[in-house]
Formats: sequence, C-alpha cells, structure tokens
Amino acid sequence: MADKKDIDEVTGTDTTGHEWDGIKELNNPLPRWWLWTFYGTVAWGLAYTIAYPAWPLINSATQGVLGYSTRAEVAQEIAAVNARNAEVSERLASADLSTLAPDDPAHRFGVAGGASVFLAHCSQCHGQGAAGVQAAGYPNLLDDAWLWGGTLEDIEFTVRHGIRNDTDPDARWSEMPAFGDILSDEEIEQTVEYVLAISGQEHDAAMAEQGMVWFQEQCTACHGDSGEGIRELGAPTLNDAIWLYGGDRDTLNETITYSRFGVMPAWGQRLDEYEIKAVTLYLHQLGGGE
Amino acid sequence: MTQTPASPPPLYAPREPIFPRRVKGTYRTLKWWIMGVTLAIYYLTPWIRWDRGPNLPDQAVLVDLAGRRFYFLWIEIWPHEFYFVAGLLIMAGLGLFLFTSALGRVWCGYTCPQTVWTDLFILVERWIEGDRNARVRLWNAEWSFKKFRLRMTKWVVWFFIALATGGAWVFYFADAPTLARDLVTFDAPLVAYSTMLILTATTMVFGGFMREQVCNYMCPWPRIQAAMMDESTLTVAYRHWRGEPRGKHMKAEDADQRGDCIDCMACVNVCPAGIDIRDGQQMECITCALCIDACDEVMERIGKPRGLIDYLALSDEEAETKGAKPRPIWQHVLRPRTILYTAMWSLIGVALVYALFVRSDIDLTVEPVRNPQFVTLSDGSVRNAYTLRIRNLTAEPREFRVMLTSEEILRIDVESDGSVANHVTVPANETMQARVYVLARPQDPAADAETTDLRLWVEDVETDDRAGVATIFNGKG
Repeated sequence: MADKKDIDEVTGTDTTGHEWDGIKELNNPLPRWWLWTFYGTVAWGLAYTIAYPAWPLINSATQGVLGYSTRAEVAQEIAAVNARNAEVSERLASADLSTLAPDDPAHRFGVAGGASVFLAHCSQCHGQGAAGVQAAGYPNLLDDAWLWGGTLEDIEFTVRHGIRNDTDPDARWSEMPAFGDILSDEEIEQTVEYVLAISGQEHDAAMAEQGMVWFQEQCTACHGDSGEGIRELGAPTLNDAIWLYGGDRDTLNETITYSRFGVMPAWGQRLDEYEIKAVTLYLHQLGGGE
Repeated sequence: MTQTPASPPPLYAPREPIFPRRVKGTYRTLKWWIMGVTLAIYYLTPWIRWDRGPNLPDQAVLVDLAGRRFYFLWIEIWPHEFYFVAGLLIMAGLGLFLFTSALGRVWCGYTCPQTVWTDLFILVERWIEGDRNARVRLWNAEWSFKKFRLRMTKWVVWFFIALATGGAWVFYFADAPTLARDLVTFDAPLVAYSTMLILTATTMVFGGFMREQVCNYMCPWPRIQAAMMDESTLTVAYRHWRGEPRGKHMKAEDADQRGDCIDCMACVNVCPAGIDIRDGQQMECITCALCIDACDEVMERIGKPRGLIDYLALSDEEAETKGAKPRPIWQHVLRPRTILYTAMWSLIGVALVYALFVRSDIDLTVEPVRNPQFVTLSDGSVRNAYTLRIRNLTAEPREFRVMLTSEEILRIDVESDGSVANHVTVPANETMQARVYVLARPQDPAADAETTDLRLWVEDVETDDRAGVATIFNGKG
C-alpha cells in the first residue's frame, strides 16, 4: 500500500506492481464476496469430510460423524419397500393360487415380484428369457409342453419340492434306466428309428418297425402306448415337436443308451412362501401355463 | 528480472454500494409495465384453472414430475414428445439472437428476472429508506435505532417478496391450492420446503444484496450477447459529439464553445449498474435506458433537444459525427440479419404448431421379445412374443383392438384381461403394456423362413383411429 498507484498507460488500469522484464501485471481485482465464497466452499468441503465418510486410511476410510453409509441407506430403502408391500405380499403368501383372480393386486404383484425371483434364482439354469438350455436338458418354460404338469398347483409343487433331489422327500422322482445295459446297440438304434417315426421325423421304416417291438416292450410303461408321455412319472411326450435334450438321431441314441437324470433343487427350503407363490404366478403366465 | 513491490495493492475489491435515484420518463414507465406484467404472470399462473375432465388435473400450467406430464392450457406433453420443449428452447435461442442483434441487451434491461426483481427490491428500498440522498446518508450513518428500524423493515418486506417468489415456483409442480394448504399445515413434502428455502434465499441475496454483481461476475449472457452485437445494433449510448466538451456553468464565458452535457451526473445517479454511460459502451451496462429518461428530463429543463443519451448504434456515431441526421429506429431493426433470424424463428414456430396439430393421440411402440427369438410349441408351431406399449393420450379410457397385417399367414393372440378377444382397454392418460403372441403353424412358410415382415396395429374400437408399427417374425430358418 505504501507504493504509489501504478497506472498502465494503455488500459488506464491499476497494476499489481509485479514486473517481469518490463512487463507489468494489470490489477483487475476480484470481488471480495467471491473470495469469501471460495473460503466458504473450503469450509464446507472440510465439514463435509468430517460429517461423511471421506479420508482414505490404510484399510478403510474415515466413517464420518453422521454415521452415514450408502449400504445402510440401500438396506433401509429395501426394508421400507418391503414394509410398504407387506400387506399384499402376505396376502399372496397365504393365497390359494388357483382361486386368485388375475386382476387381483396380489396377482399382479406376484407376477412382477416373481420375475425378479426368477432372475435371481432360476435364470442360471433356465435362462434369463426362461427358454431353457436344450444342450444341458434345462427345460424351456415358455412352451406348452410340461414334464410334470403346467397348472398352477403343478408348478407350485415342482418349485417347492424340486426334482430328483436328495434333500426333499417329496421331490418329484422318476428314473429312466440306462438301456445300454439292457438292449444291444442295434436294438437301441432300431428304437431310435421308431421314436423318430412317431415324432414325425425322417426315419428308416424297416428299422423302425423292429424298434416298435423294443419300444412296446421297454418304453410304454412310462412313455405311454403311443409315446404320449405320463405326467405322474415326469415321462416326456415323445410324439410331439419338443425335446428336452434334443430329438435328433445321435441325441436320442445317447439318451436311450445312458439315460438322463435332470435334477432341480427344492426351492421350498430356500425361498419363502411369498417368493414361491410369486415365481409360480410368473412362470404360469409366460405363455405355456395350463 | 522480477520486481515485486514490498506491499502490493489489494487484489480483492469490495462491492461499491450503488444508490440509484428515482427517475421518471418513457422508459421507466415501460419498465414499470413490464415488471408488473412479468411478475403477475409468474405469481398468478399456477392459480389459473383449466378444466380437462375428470381424469386430468385442472391446473392450467403444471409440470407433473411424478406423472411425467407437462400441462400447458389445452396442450399436454408426454415424455416422448419432449422435442416440443427442445423446439421451444431453439426458438428461445433464436429469439435471443434476434433481439440481441437488433436491440442489444434488451433482455437484460427489461425482462431478465434478475433485473425485474432487483427493480422491485430497489422500489421497496426507496419506499422505506427514501431516495438516493437519504439512502447515502443512512449508509454512512452510525448504527442507531432509526437505522436499525429502517433496515429491519426493508429486510422483512424483502423476505416476504422472496418467500412469495420461492413459494410461487413450487406451485408450478403440484396442484397449487392443495399445496398451499399443505404448506401452511406442514403436510407438504420436504422437497417443496427445501426448494422454497433455496429460492427464497437466492431471491433475497441476489435481488437485495448482490444485484449488479450477479450480472457482472456470475452471468454468462453479458459476454455471449456482446459477441452477437454488430455496428447496427441499437444500444444505449451518449452522443459525445453533441455533449462534449461538457461543463457545469451554462452562463460561463465560453458557454457557446461547450457541448450540451452540463455534467449534472443525473445519468450516473440513476444507473442501477453504477456506471457512467458517457464513458462509452461498457460490459456492466444492461441497457435499462433509465439514463435516457434522466438525461431527457434535464435536457428539457435547460431547453436543449432530447436524446443526448439515446438508443444508438455504433454506425450512428461515425455518421452523426460527420453531421448526418439520426436514423429512424426501423432502419436499425430491419436488416437482413434480423429478417433471417425472424424467418428461422417463425419457421420453427410454424413447424412446432403443425406438429402439435397433427400429433396422434395414440402412440404405439413394439418391442419383440429377443430372448428367445421364437418358441416351438408341441404341435410344431412357431411362436413369437412382442411387448406392446400403447399410450392413450386422451382424457378418456379407450378400447383398442390389436391386429396384424402381413403377406404371410400369421395368427395373433393378445394376452388381455378383457372379455373380448384381442381387445385391450387403456385407461385415460396412461401407457399400457400388452403381450402379443404371433403364431405360424408348421405348414405356414413363416415357420421355416428366417424372418417375415409384419405390422402390428392398434385400432380404437369406436373411432377406428389406428397406429401401426412394422416389426419382424422370426422363424426357424
């Protein structure tokens, strides 16, 4: 301040007095409130890092005096949503699905909730779109073919108890023998031709005729006289266009020779009542429900 | 080599207080009117009712964020029609170009909320504390009971104006009468209170204390608008060729040598930006034209022609210095550039109005289910699924029949809760999802083809209005 005002001739502006090789810096002072705003943001920033989790330490970070955490907030929000939905989800959990009207809020709630149950627990095998994986024998849930039945009761039972598992005594159970130990290779090939014939595919008629003998001797007890399948045994229909593992010659041969043993967990042991009912409703409306 | 002074000058400047004096005149009257009209529009609009029938809100202007609708009189904008808002923004941009190229910072001077509210706050200040001289005295006075009383009165009035400003804002986003009642009974949502609090604070601080600082340091428009002005743009300027050399004493010996400016400082005293217009065009000038009124008043009193300070263009300076007559306003305004802007502005406006009148009140989107692309049924049929989103943009529930057209044989099956097959009822002003199955029998060509073109339609059962979307059917091929 002791220095005299140093005015730049060209602009008429005061200079800061700083000089570099004859070049002087003009002084266009910043508004003071701006400076205070800057100090304010610094103070706010510091206060914020004290109030909220911020400073990184070696193993974690400072927790902040407000005890805020995003995880806790998410948990809180989920709890709040569940609390809001408690009434309708309890109503669904105790409902008899076969008498629940489609326009009942619990029904719509179940279909929507069932979609997320399906994605979380079922899609790993049955696929996100519920189309199954034929190569692995995970059934397609969209079509109109059901191994164990496609009514709401059937689906609910299957979901609850599972298939061929050791954990639930009520699990759906049936077992196809490995015919490689029972029939000769040729007999199996002839049986394959017969199955191709009844499902309307290209086949060797002479072999199929012979295969019919083996089929009636060995297969009809479970798959029915004309290969229509028996649901009580989970024995698939053979005279339609849908195949669990594949309907071509090689796959059929493999299926008959070595048999199949698809397993599904008993979800009654992992999901709660509401989730089972919800996923049942969801599956039933995917396009194949009976 | 660097030289640093032992004690550098201050690098931060405090705000210089400005005490604009009261002024009367053409532009001041115009500004009072604009202030009244714009404030009335702002405060009253949410209270205007508009009957849209039982299914829609009856508020004339409503931004329904939760329902994602924007209501403006008879127009209702859905989120998928946001291009209307984009169009309006483009028009606002072009309008700004137009007005800036013709009239400079006319937006800043007359209609900018910062200007309007500052003007209102200065009006209150003048009403409570007195005109310029009284306010300067009060500013310099020691704190006393009187000063405290005047300041408190002013701040309280400001506060209520600010509160009403923040309050009016939230009414645009909810039913105003309901929200007003809830605000008073403390039943309103927290976001309403916090929005009001923030806007009350900004109105109070910007209008009462920061004023021209907002324009000078916070607002980008002064810089942008300066870049859009040219030598024909009208802006507030001082006819220095007429006013200089200025002098106070009219009856001095060399009076005939002097210009018309008597250096009375009226133009400086009324300026809300605190500048001297006689120094030429300045960044701080918002062209509020109050200095024109102030100078005209003085010129009339001393018997000189008005317009020493006037709306002038840069090109006028050169012409008039050489003795040319002032050009009429329309010659400044009517130029190829402004005509072009007007044409573009009108074109977009007409296009928007056209789009508004031809827009359909049914909207259909079709999303084919891609996982899986098709499902084989036990009889060998191939089935595709589609999710239809049907928007009913009217205020009445509507029943639609869902149909398909294709050159190949395909069957349609709509999953619906209705009693009539393939009919879907969409509630008023809502979007409804429906799943549609399309089926090809094993013997149909579409079952084995890779893809088959088809078009899905929804048709209003009563009016036969329809909307269609082209999509494809995936076969086994």
